[in-house]
Amino acid sequence: MTKLKTQSLKKRQSDLANTNKQLEILSNGIFQNGELPTFKNKIAETNQFPLKAKALEILQINVGYMCNQVCEHCHVDAGPDRKEIMTKDTMKQILDVVKTTGAHTLDLTGGAPEMNPNFRWFVEEASKIGIKDFIVRSNLTIIRANKKYYDLPEFFKKHNIHVVSSMPHWTRGKTDKQRGEGVFDMSIKALQELNAVGYGMPDSELKLDLVYNPSGAFLPGDQASMEKDFKKALMEDFGIQFHNLFAITNLPISRFLDYLIASENYEDYMYSLVEAYNPMAVENVMCTNTLSVSWDGYLFDCDFNQMLDLPVNSKSKHISEYKTELLEGRNIVISQHCYGCTAGAGSSCQGTVA
Amino acid sequence: MSKTYYDPSDLRKFGKITEWGEELGNKFFEYYGKVFEEGALSAREKSLIALAVAHTEQCPYCIDAYTKDGLQRGVTKEEMMEAIHVGAAIKSGATLVHGVQMMNKVNKLDG
Repeated sequence: MTKLKTQSLKKRQSDLANTNKQLEILSNGIFQNGELPTFKNKIAETNQFPLKAKALEILQINVGYMCNQVCEHCHVDAGPDRKEIMTKDTMKQILDVVKTTGAHTLDLTGGAPEMNPNFRWFVEEASKIGIKDFIVRSNLTIIRANKKYYDLPEFFKKHNIHVVSSMPHWTRGKTDKQRGEGVFDMSIKALQELNAVGYGMPDSELKLDLVYNPSGAFLPGDQASMEKDFKKALMEDFGIQFHNLFAITNLPISRFLDYLIASENYEDYMYSLVEAYNPMAVENVMCTNTLSVSWDGYLFDCDFNQMLDLPVNSKSKHISEYKTELLEGRNIVISQHCYGCTAGAGSSCQGTVA
Repeated sequence: MSKTYYDPSDLRKFGKITEWGEELGNKFFEYYGKVFEEGALSAREKSLIALAVAHTEQCPYCIDAYTKDGLQRGVTKEEMMEAIHVGAAIKSGATLVHGVQMMNKVNKLDG
């Protein structure tokens, strides 16, 4: 059994559950008084403003905010109390679009995407389309949370799903601190089960990647070195294998923003992000080739903008009115949270970008 | 003037030392950067050495910097504390080993 780490901001009726409040914090203070440059001004220094969307490569679908975990730093503010769940009708609209776009990657996320009652139907239908890379972002513990999920490794295998899972550290203490008591042991068990059906093995085509995001107010270290350390520790301690590690920066929004403010780390963290700004990373930020679809079918430049209620700057605002010509070349909507994707080697749902 | 000798935000201004001595400042930072690159020792090992030395030197800026650097590299708090004990052991050993000099002197003067 796992123990919930905290409650969602929404359930706590926190001020920050209001996205306008978050955007206000990100625009005021050190960014208003000129102590730090706004993201817009920073990218303008290297003539990269406005950021423009290129051809669509990755369609990321958030099938709902419900989750069996309540992680300390969740940017979705997901949890068992969140009832926002994608309907089958919206899924059908998405399938129609997937058939016509040139996107090579379909990326399902949540919450715990597996908790959507139509998850399996959607995977079965989408896999028939023949997308090159079909990702499910699984939190691992869901596989062991209830009998009805025990066969997920086999289900993933049957549909050649690329499994991408969060793992904040190779030690129990650091993982449970961020994700809740008991999460580490259950995640290890789930990884072993995925390995048992062939996921993550060196020559296996069943891809299993892990996502590392820092457990506190600091940036991720070098992705390649972290991957080496993770592989060594998980193999030595538990005989676990996986393919790649994606090092992802925590963006200062939602529960992580709440944590930064409560721990009095907000300003230092923003300084760290701005100091680590890398114009090379701006070239490849994920919002330029990705479209994020919310549980109710609305379109966003990325999952973070979705959580900040910053819709795409286009006449195509909903999946039902998707038009490539209206979305390609659109100006990306930015704020100071975008520094999270351009720090150091950059950060995206596929790891570093520079 | 500040009422305290140390201000955490001064660490961010470290790079500004080049403004009053560009050539030497730049050479220092170039050397510094090179030292911490991956070599015969990993960057992670170097970070732990730096953390231990930061404590023996009792440099608050360095302690802040290499604690954060260690966290970024996935270093655990147990590893950090062990590294500091290595520094502490050398510091105390360096004090105590001079006891032999004291003993030599006593023996010479009053043996």
